[in-house]
Amino acid sequence: MVTLGDYLLVSGMLFTIGFAGVMVRRNIVIILMSLELMLNAANLSLVAFSRYHVQPGGLPNYSAQIFVFFIITVAAAEVAVGLAIIVALYRARQTTHVEDINSLKF
Amino acid sequence: MLVFGAAVVINRNPVASALSLVVSFLGLAALFMSLDAYFVGIIQVLVYAGAVMVLFLFIIMLLDLRVEKLRKINWVATTGGAVVALALLIQIFYVVGNFKAASQPFPPLTRSTIDDVHNVGSLLFSSYNLPFQVIGVLVLVATIGVVVLSKRELR
Repeated sequence: MVTLGDYLLVSGMLFTIGFAGVMVRRNIVIILMSLELMLNAANLSLVAFSRYHVQPGGLPNYSAQIFVFFIITVAAAEVAVGLAIIVALYRARQTTHVEDINSLKF
Repeated sequence: MLVFGAAVVINRNPVASALSLVVSFLGLAALFMSLDAYFVGIIQVLVYAGAVMVLFLFIIMLLDLRVEKLRKINWVATTGGAVVALALLIQIFYVVGNFKAASQPFPPLTRSTIDDVHNVGSLLFSSYNLPFQVIGVLVLVATIGVVVLSKRELR
């Protein structure tokens, strides 16, 4: 029997993979992909809780799915802006490696 | 799904990473479907496997990113990141293990959710009308921002 905890664990593992990607990888495009993984892990746990809290009418709680809809919208906008920034950065510095972009580093 | 998620991080070739991301998101959409959230699953496939992935692949091809050269790995940063991620994973396992509701199976649905586009839509346009309009403004601002950022003479 699949329980709520199984979905939460899968969501946590996916979040950890994305977090490790942000911490370990040095290619800025891959870092953006790992951010997407983390956002989707949050979506998975939201949908699992939506299914868990069945309303009196016998339907899942749709508020969580509305949140997921908003998160997907914001994530898509964020990817578009992030990739535009990466293109502008690549034009200026010819690199996507974060250790080569250290002018602001103290 | 988790295997392909890990492949996103492990692959050195950005194109392979992006394609692993597609497969991972498709697996996630299947999980949404298994949770009776058909609308979210279909939106996931359309937005991520369609739009976002085309955007990633387009940028990778545009910037002509090759397989990364093996640089001298910054061992302090790498092991530090791995240790922090491992600590996070252990904490998640501990918290979920102690969470009472997590060990119970899902309560059954008495009605089919096959028409949940209707339910989500009616809730979106009644209770969540203001956030919906705000998100529209956000998308507009993002569009304008992308156009401004992409202009060549940004001086």
